[in-house]
Amino acid sequence: MTRQIAVDVAIIGGGTAGCAAALNLAKKGMSVALFEQKTVGSQASGVNFGGVRQHGRDLRELPLSLRSNEIWTDLPRLIGNDCEFVRTGHLKLAFNEAEMAVLEQFADDTRDLKLDIELFGRNALHKRFGWLDKTVFGASLCSSDGQANPRLVAPYFARAARAAGAHIHEHETVTGATKNGADFCLETRSGKSVHSATLLNVAGAWAERIAGWFGDFAPLQPRGPNMQVSEPLPYRLNVSIGAVGGGVYARQIPRGNLIFGGGYGWTDRDKIRARAVVENGREATKRMVTILPWTQDIQVIRTWSGIEGFLPDGIPVIGPSKTTPGLFHAFGFCGHGFQLGPVVGEILAELAMEGRSVISLDNFSIQRFST
Amino acid sequence: MSTSQFHRLGSPDRSRVRITIDGHAHECLVGDTLLTAMLTAVRHLRISECDGKPRAGFCLMGVCQDCWVTLAGGQRLRACTTEVKQGMAIDTTAKFDHGI
Amino acid sequence: MASERIVIIGAGPAGVRAAQILVAAGIHPIILDEAPMCGGQIYRQQPPVLQRDYSELYGFEAPKAKRLHDTFESLRGSVDYRSDCLVWNLEQKNLHILHAGNSETISVDRLILATGAMDRILPFTGWTLPGVFTLGGAQIAFKSQACAIGRRTVFLGSSPLLPYIAYQYAKAGAEVVAVLDTTARAAKIRALPGLLSGGMTFIKGLYFMAWLRTHNIKYEYGVTPGEALGDQNVEGLRYTDQRGNQQMLECDAIAFGYGLRSEMQLADLAGCDFRFDPVSCNWCLALDGHGRTSVRDIYAAGDGATILGADAAELSGARAAHALLGDLNLGSQDTALGRLNQELDRMNIFRSALERAFAYPHHLAKAIPDSCIVCRCEGVTAGEIRSAVHELGADDINRAKAFCRVGMGRCQGRVCGPATEGIMAAVLNRDQATLGRFRTQAPVKPVPMACVWEKPPEDIVL
Repeated sequence: MTRQIAVDVAIIGGGTAGCAAALNLAKKGMSVALFEQKTVGSQASGVNFGGVRQHGRDLRELPLSLRSNEIWTDLPRLIGNDCEFVRTGHLKLAFNEAEMAVLEQFADDTRDLKLDIELFGRNALHKRFGWLDKTVFGASLCSSDGQANPRLVAPYFARAARAAGAHIHEHETVTGATKNGADFCLETRSGKSVHSATLLNVAGAWAERIAGWFGDFAPLQPRGPNMQVSEPLPYRLNVSIGAVGGGVYARQIPRGNLIFGGGYGWTDRDKIRARAVVENGREATKRMVTILPWTQDIQVIRTWSGIEGFLPDGIPVIGPSKTTPGLFHAFGFCGHGFQLGPVVGEILAELAMEGRSVISLDNFSIQRFST
Repeated sequence: MSTSQFHRLGSPDRSRVRITIDGHAHECLVGDTLLTAMLTAVRHLRISECDGKPRAGFCLMGVCQDCWVTLAGGQRLRACTTEVKQGMAIDTTAKFDHGI
Repeated sequence: MASERIVIIGAGPAGVRAAQILVAAGIHPIILDEAPMCGGQIYRQQPPVLQRDYSELYGFEAPKAKRLHDTFESLRGSVDYRSDCLVWNLEQKNLHILHAGNSETISVDRLILATGAMDRILPFTGWTLPGVFTLGGAQIAFKSQACAIGRRTVFLGSSPLLPYIAYQYAKAGAEVVAVLDTTARAAKIRALPGLLSGGMTFIKGLYFMAWLRTHNIKYEYGVTPGEALGDQNVEGLRYTDQRGNQQMLECDAIAFGYGLRSEMQLADLAGCDFRFDPVSCNWCLALDGHGRTSVRDIYAAGDGATILGADAAELSGARAAHALLGDLNLGSQDTALGRLNQELDRMNIFRSALERAFAYPHHLAKAIPDSCIVCRCEGVTAGEIRSAVHELGADDINRAKAFCRVGMGRCQGRVCGPATEGIMAAVLNRDQATLGRFRTQAPVKPVPMACVWEKPPEDIVL
């Protein structure tokens, strides 16, 4: 039995970006159908660390990140829930002079952007953050950053999108898509046939396959974060922390659990399965205990992973297809897309409606991978 | 009302073990788990970090994880599967001051 | 083939009988067990310093307990037995184990999971108060610690253990205020024909009930739990009797439970298939007829695979071992497997009747008040679970977990899983089986960060 659906915009992928795009489009009166193979926010958008960070980003991403930061504050009005977003600040640690120079460079490069960055030498750092080990050389604090509960964000965007009239189809895999004349035609596993004028490909770690259906190419690799969480501890880690060069990151939620990660988990993209890998977590854990010596005796109660899409140059693809008018991609956020999700949804809605966005996307073109 | 939760059903001669709970000395018996040692002296093991209410364990077989207690030095032990040792000092009042 | 490394996890009735069969075939398995001594929960041993005799601890089951412990003693020279040993993760064929604060990794060729069971509960208001314990917990306090969980104890629930433990308590001199059975008497009578197939087991059950009656211990049928009363600890229990009248009992301890559920976290990490058994309303491991799981080289037995009780656990332990021997091409195991399955089939008939005589009161999940804590680790209430369904459309229990943290705490949903399934089934008006079970994530129990994640793995050579 085939069911025919005709909409202005079809969206493949129910992560934050896809759900936010659906919301933005529905609010502007467009008819929207979103297709998610599992449940909304169940992969990269939902399993990540939960850092809402502009700090230390690739400078090319900052215009997007700054705009997204505004949307995060606005979540209660936009989607009816704050998703536990708290502007705690993000503290990036340096362990030697060279790493400190990286932080100074970033502060310099972003001087005009009002990120609210403060640099700390060893003494000032330990005076301000007494829970850090004394071996930490210095740090940079970005007070306009924060953290949120990743498990809630895409589902609340989806809920708001539904309320605005978008059709969100979960457990619905798109098995193929083509463009015939002016229309895209999608087939789904349950037998739906979908026609749309515009197609948004926000399918995360699966998106390069969809791009491939239209002759677009991106060398995407699936990977998963290696996440761990402790039992509740007295609350003391009042900023989100990371380290120059990555390796380890941690935050504590007010109810007490310490969430931390580093390294990569095991992923199986075809079976849509992922889990943390003990071996890969050892290095991050060792560093955690070094940075936060009071974590030595704590109990780890759970580990997890999920599937994210990575691109070789560390920044995503966002923008029009090289081959097919009306098709727009946004994927490959390389493990740091959580903060960007809301703005990418906004940009995709602009692209779908006007064919261009307010923020320049030149750096994110899929054409950069064409030879 | 009794001041202890557990009630010993007869006990042959066993050596005593001394522990402290929140600074108060208590005597228990060799062969006790830490949970038994505590609950034959008092009525709770810890304060729940969720609701601030006392808890005294639940399954007694190492699965429900409700009986993790904190020693004065910060060490964490699951009371129902840990044998009590002379001199253990347990702090049931560990604070979870939520919020920023 | 004989050089394959074979590991049994669990040294209860299933694990011990599996080991016995393997040893008889010339195989020297590694046995990893969390307890300090063999026996599992049912034949759990007291610390040696407590010198009560077998009949005092195990009653009618004393000869079985003794036989199992003796069998295990006789195997000690032929097995690599590691007590106090938690297997906290399984990645492909590597086991991560924690012993005395140290972590090791053992690679295995074949694995028999005999991981046992725990009490199944449905929360009622006040169940997190000090003084409320599981039925199994009440029995462990008695068996392994010579303690009663309180001075005045109420036994509540639906389980063959209910009259048995009440009897053990009363016989040992503890005050039993009442035994409150949530199953109606009519259901017990309907189950009689099947129960008769249990033979001696059934007669023993009747004996406990009669003993309680002749000792004037109140035994009520068809009750509905109301609330454990008290502020800092249990001071009483409010319930509704079979005629619908509110009743109150003064007590300082409540032991409750609704049968058992399997401890199957390691099987889940291994990727084994599960099935929902509608009779017991429990998730079970999907096994072939001989104890093989859906994952190659992994076998399962005892209550950790399907709740069938201790006698069946011994048989299924032996069965898994025979299946393993067959897979190693160590001679035909057909005769042994056929015999074991015949006995297990007979027990299954009795077990089904037992499930009806002590029915799982799944209807109680619907009535759990919104304000009642369901997940005692994370403090998540029934109302929050219902909101996760209403507000965000949670349609299986792992979605509810993601949205409201139910089952996300230290116990990983072991305690609150059945209740969460039941609450969601009622809200969604769906069959409980369609809601799934909480996904296991390593570690299966909390492990200390420093000693586990820092040390390099070392493989142990036998």
